[in-house]
Amino acid sequence: MSEPIDKQRRAFLATASGAAAATAVAPGVFLHAVAQAAPRDSAVTDAVRYGMLIDTTKCADGCSDCVSACDKENGLDMLVKPEGASDALWDMQRPRWIRQVKLKNNLTGRVTTLPMMCQHCEKPPCVDVCPTGASFRRADGIVMVDRHTCIGCRYCMMACPYNARSFIHENVQLKPTAAPRGKGCVESCNLCVQRRDNGGTTTACQDACKQGAIVFGDLKDANSAVSQALAKYPSVQIRADLKLNTGVRYTDV
Amino acid sequence: MKGKITISMLLAVCLGLFAGLGNALADDHGFSGAPAVEGTAKADKLDACVAPTAFMRRNHFELIKHQRDITVHEGIRKTDNSLAGCVDCHARHDAAGKAVAVNAPGEFCSGCHEYVGASLDCFTCHATKPTGN
Repeated sequence: MSEPIDKQRRAFLATASGAAAATAVAPGVFLHAVAQAAPRDSAVTDAVRYGMLIDTTKCADGCSDCVSACDKENGLDMLVKPEGASDALWDMQRPRWIRQVKLKNNLTGRVTTLPMMCQHCEKPPCVDVCPTGASFRRADGIVMVDRHTCIGCRYCMMACPYNARSFIHENVQLKPTAAPRGKGCVESCNLCVQRRDNGGTTTACQDACKQGAIVFGDLKDANSAVSQALAKYPSVQIRADLKLNTGVRYTDV
Repeated sequence: MKGKITISMLLAVCLGLFAGLGNALADDHGFSGAPAVEGTAKADKLDACVAPTAFMRRNHFELIKHQRDITVHEGIRKTDNSLAGCVDCHARHDAAGKAVAVNAPGEFCSGCHEYVGASLDCFTCHATKPTGN
């Protein structure tokens, strides 16, 4: 019924379009670089939408590699328990971008573990409720907090169906250059935005997962690893009933 | 004699350790480290900042604020007017080569901001020393 694919023709077209995209305007100056390794010097566009597929069958119970890697990448491991706070309070309130969630099917007894972070919704409730515009969705799909305009009201924390946001309760003593943070602002997973803007192709959690449970990439690029995986495996959006069109999807939940 | 030397050496080592620990704990906020040495900032070896000095004195915050918005919202990370760039270039070092916070009393940012009584809010969140990450 369908014609066999002419691989040579495809390869030729791919090369030709690549060459056209990288038109030289002057010797050594290109309109579009093929791989962007230098810091971004043009605004992000909606030509890409970043997202993830998390294979929960590969997510091992008791493993916290992704959480530790996230903490390290984003300076969350530098935060210390406030003076006078109990361990219980600190456990409850300490900023974490990834939560380890365990689900149990009461009928069958099957237990699923998964990392739960900001789902980078297409229609984010946190952005809807933010009174100052600090909570926003970047053109490339990353939902972020502009801490310069965040007033710390925490409406977004209440609005988020995924419990993905943290609040910084106390002054922060040690601040990494790549992840500034201070008292009175909300924060959550930003898909390692500093890596995105400096030409990186992975996230810290993805790099840390030995099981390869996390696939990250551009949802709009049909050839990206995440799009290929989404096309191949059945996946769900958590709380799909809310119609938020999340950028983070899960298999076997 | 030999014993005396050993004890004093031990004392010196212990004091050194305590001083090191103090520095580590008071890394960003305490400003209690050794005083900065004149002329040790990268900026001290340059003629002008990213724009002529007179312009920078009046308009540096316009530049930082503009860069802040395009970085957060548009992902533009070129370092021309970035705060990290300011810190990297204007942080002085102590005699041991350790960076001194740019907002420590008398250092580059505080020098003027304290004099005019204009509060400086950048460093509630941003790193005050070049951290390399």
